[in-house]
Amino acid sequence: MYVAVKGGERAIDNAHAWLAEERRGDLDVAELSVAQIREQLRLAVNRVMAEGSLYDPDLAALAIKQARGDMIEAVFLIRAYRTTLPRFGASEPIDTGAMTCDRRVSATFKDVPGGQVLGPTFDYTHRLIDFALAAEGDLPETPQATPRAEPTPHVTEFLAREDLIQPEREGADTPRDLTREPLDFPADRPLKLQALSRGDEGFVLSMAYSTQRGYGRNHPFVGELRVGQLPVEMEIPELGFAIDLGEITVTECETVNQFTGSKTEPPQFTRGYGLVFGHSERKAISMALVDRAMRWEELGEDNMGAPAQDEEFVLSHSDNVQATGFLEHIKLPHYVDFQSELELIRKLRAEAQASHQEAAE
Amino acid sequence: MTEQTHYNFAYLDEQTKRMIRRAILKGVAIPGYQVPFASREMPMPYGWGTGGVQVSAACLTPEDRFKVIDQGADDTTNAVSIRKFFEKTADVDVTEKTSEATVIQTRHRIPETLLTEDQILVYQVPIPEPLRFLEPRETETRKMHALQEYGLMHVKLYEDIARHGSIATAYAYPVTVEDRYVMDPSPIPKFDNPKLESAALQLFGAGREQRIYAVPPYTKVVSLDFEDYPFDPSKADHPCALCGSEESYLDEVIVNDAGGRMFVCSDTDYCADRQTFGASA
Repeated sequence: MYVAVKGGERAIDNAHAWLAEERRGDLDVAELSVAQIREQLRLAVNRVMAEGSLYDPDLAALAIKQARGDMIEAVFLIRAYRTTLPRFGASEPIDTGAMTCDRRVSATFKDVPGGQVLGPTFDYTHRLIDFALAAEGDLPETPQATPRAEPTPHVTEFLAREDLIQPEREGADTPRDLTREPLDFPADRPLKLQALSRGDEGFVLSMAYSTQRGYGRNHPFVGELRVGQLPVEMEIPELGFAIDLGEITVTECETVNQFTGSKTEPPQFTRGYGLVFGHSERKAISMALVDRAMRWEELGEDNMGAPAQDEEFVLSHSDNVQATGFLEHIKLPHYVDFQSELELIRKLRAEAQASHQEAAE
Repeated sequence: MTEQTHYNFAYLDEQTKRMIRRAILKGVAIPGYQVPFASREMPMPYGWGTGGVQVSAACLTPEDRFKVIDQGADDTTNAVSIRKFFEKTADVDVTEKTSEATVIQTRHRIPETLLTEDQILVYQVPIPEPLRFLEPRETETRKMHALQEYGLMHVKLYEDIARHGSIATAYAYPVTVEDRYVMDPSPIPKFDNPKLESAALQLFGAGREQRIYAVPPYTKVVSLDFEDYPFDPSKADHPCALCGSEESYLDEVIVNDAGGRMFVCSDTDYCADRQTFGASA
């Protein structure tokens, strides 16, 4: 006699126990510490902070450990934690001009005040597996230099002095918050930038790449890419002045895009903008390209029907926590729906067969 | 992982719950209208009931008795997981008895046992927009609802009939609420549609899509159809192999390698009751 399957509860508990065992792996191999992940897998930590929208390297490292290295799962852990945090207020806008730059390059000028600083980049490494890394060894000494004391000016400032680049409009004092209000279309630029900044790196990269290949081409030059540390300040009403909350690392990219003018705007360069937590160049550049592509309407450009120009398409599909949840939910039981489809198909087949028979007779 | 001991009641902070309650009240005031709300990230994935969970969290009080079903069953894995979540974070009593529950969260079914005025039924909704598969743009579909412009939906149903001889929608069958809004009843089988006219308050939560909507008690809910092709809430033409019911929605179960199959109630509580107390239950 048939008995319906029971025991979902025990199955779940056992699955979790097995997961914990798999997470740890072979007990003869030393366990990873959170500090090791934070220090030695820093780019992974950066990505989790950026897409998780929470700047906390220790927590991001722990999330990576808990998620067994599954980045989207780690982002999800951070997001779920982030929602539970109380909000005390908003910081002052960060001033990226005051950044202590680890890296700063411009593709538009051979040399600029502040110089080209390569910093810790993969760019000119030969992608050859370094077998020496497999053996633990001492680090060769890194040459040292004194950092520049004065702030590094933005490259686009030099274009702005000649009115060659479009000035950005003043935004609202307090921009809307994507995580506290339902997304509504058309979205303003701060909301779009928020969505891109926390959007999936792969998705934003592909959207940006599609513009380069002709789907909404916007002729970008990397005016400047900078990575470095800057302070976050918050004004405390009781004190009447801003105090330092701490320091964060961000990557900023400003693209300079050719623009021949439209009915409403004179010919001048325009800007795409990217700003991401941590050292995340690919993401910042991608963000700038997609930002610029979505500005077609504001600049009076043609809508070519390219995916990257379509804010509803881009913003509705850029979030990997949403995407992965909905995608993977099809693993959940659907036998009630499937049963109703089964009935329908059987009914339609019976009707079709009956009419075939009738036609044959 | 160490267990966190101090959650706010039902996990969400009070301000968030207030925001959700405002959306629910608006939904109740405009039956079938999709109210945008600032859906939060929950500790379970989007698409796994985050909308329903947020609505339940905003409705639950310490005195409530909570029931969760998925595919009509209390013991499906995701139902177990959601029930455990509220046991842990709200410490509410839970039950598998439909008649004893005050709040019931469901995915894909309406319980067979008729609900009462003292109950709230919370649906998990994947895609709240009934027009989504005819028009992918939210900006367009909102306009269509505002203008009550539902011609596209009727054309779709007509084309089904022209092509297949009947309406080829078996679940998530669209309804008109109180002669105004066309609404997606969530992916319940169309068999359940007549039960949408209920004494209980029905709330629908779509977390990822950031929408809440409602069907207040005794609201008129009409499944879309044509005069000459009336709505047909069909089900498998069998009695339940366990309790013998001929009125309940059935799951088809493959029981052996030869492809032998049997039909059993999808509503496990209803079926168990009938097996225990006989067909009168």
